[in-house]
Amino acid sequence: MRQHKLALCRDHYLDWIPEQTERFIKKYEMFQRDEKILVAVSGGKDSLSLWDILARLGYQADGLYIGLGIDEGIAYSSESQRLTETFARERGLKLHVVDVQREYGQPIPVLAQRSQRGQGRPCAVCGLAKRHVMNRIARDLGYNVLATGHNLDDEAAVLFGNTLQWAGEFLQRQSPVLPESPGLARKVKPLCRFYEREMAAYAILRGIEYIYEECPFAEGAPSIYYKELLNKLETDKPGSKLIFYLRFLEARSQGLFADPIPRAVALHPCPNCGQPTSNNDWCSFCKMIEKTKVAAE
Amino acid sequence: MTVKLILRGQEYEVRPGMTLLSSLEKIAVLPESVLATRAGEMILEDEILKDGDVINLIAVISGG
Ligand SMILES: [Zn+2]
Repeated sequence: MRQHKLALCRDHYLDWIPEQTERFIKKYEMFQRDEKILVAVSGGKDSLSLWDILARLGYQADGLYIGLGIDEGIAYSSESQRLTETFARERGLKLHVVDVQREYGQPIPVLAQRSQRGQGRPCAVCGLAKRHVMNRIARDLGYNVLATGHNLDDEAAVLFGNTLQWAGEFLQRQSPVLPESPGLARKVKPLCRFYEREMAAYAILRGIEYIYEECPFAEGAPSIYYKELLNKLETDKPGSKLIFYLRFLEARSQGLFADPIPRAVALHPCPNCGQPTSNNDWCSFCKMIEKTKVAAE
Repeated sequence: MTVKLILRGQEYEVRPGMTLLSSLEKIAVLPESVLATRAGEMILEDEILKDGDVINLIAVISGG
């Protein structure tokens, strides 16, 4: 499993990946050719490869880069933005750039510090901000579909973490496709069945320049630890990660994680930004931004 | 003479004549977590590493 695809010659490999992607797009009914797709690009191997693949397949795919302002130590954000902009320019693709500091007052590390969410790690605030911006841009600019570059290793690591905690609500929501709902675009993960190693090989063989450095805040993150555990398993039992994920999708579709008492979660538009929220007042993102403003005064 | 493997700036040495897979085992690097290139070309796990080879290992795991 680990080897047989990589043993294809370069040209066949570079064709095999888009062919398979097209197969998954159809199998999971992700989107049609007449739909507008917004690809969330970080400058990493997976999202740039996804954008490259969708463009090669002839889909209408534009990019969205979110400037997080994570530039202490290594210039992580500015370098990933430069690589993403170069990628788009060289291929004549349309890229939207949203800078968190410019639009919301502070870069991610400061927002995280001031809002005191996430126990010293800005990842929770970062995730919240990215989801908010992606949903906003998709809604405001009329994209039907929001595509992210999550690969099999990402999905297996999330699944592993949620399984360790039997987090039923999260297990129920983990899927290659999340259907659209009022105010929210459909979310799709076209690379969810490719090994991370296969995606790295695609990016390298295709000559895509991506950011090799890791986000400085990812060091010691649980997701990376789970990936390493799963890679130990994969090394001893090739195919384990794929089986873990696919059998989960099968079980999920058969209702294994269905809520026995369906609770209708009432969503209403946030009075401040208009995005759907289950909170009674402002959504979590708007509350967080407000708190960071108050903290600054 | 030896085979040199480089991962994130760190150098490891193994003896020639082993496969890439055995060499990775020797230096305790999970084969699933890296891609290997030699002179810019990707190589597979059954490749036998020769005296003087310099193998660049690219870490494939990222957070997120
Ligand atoms: Zn809001």
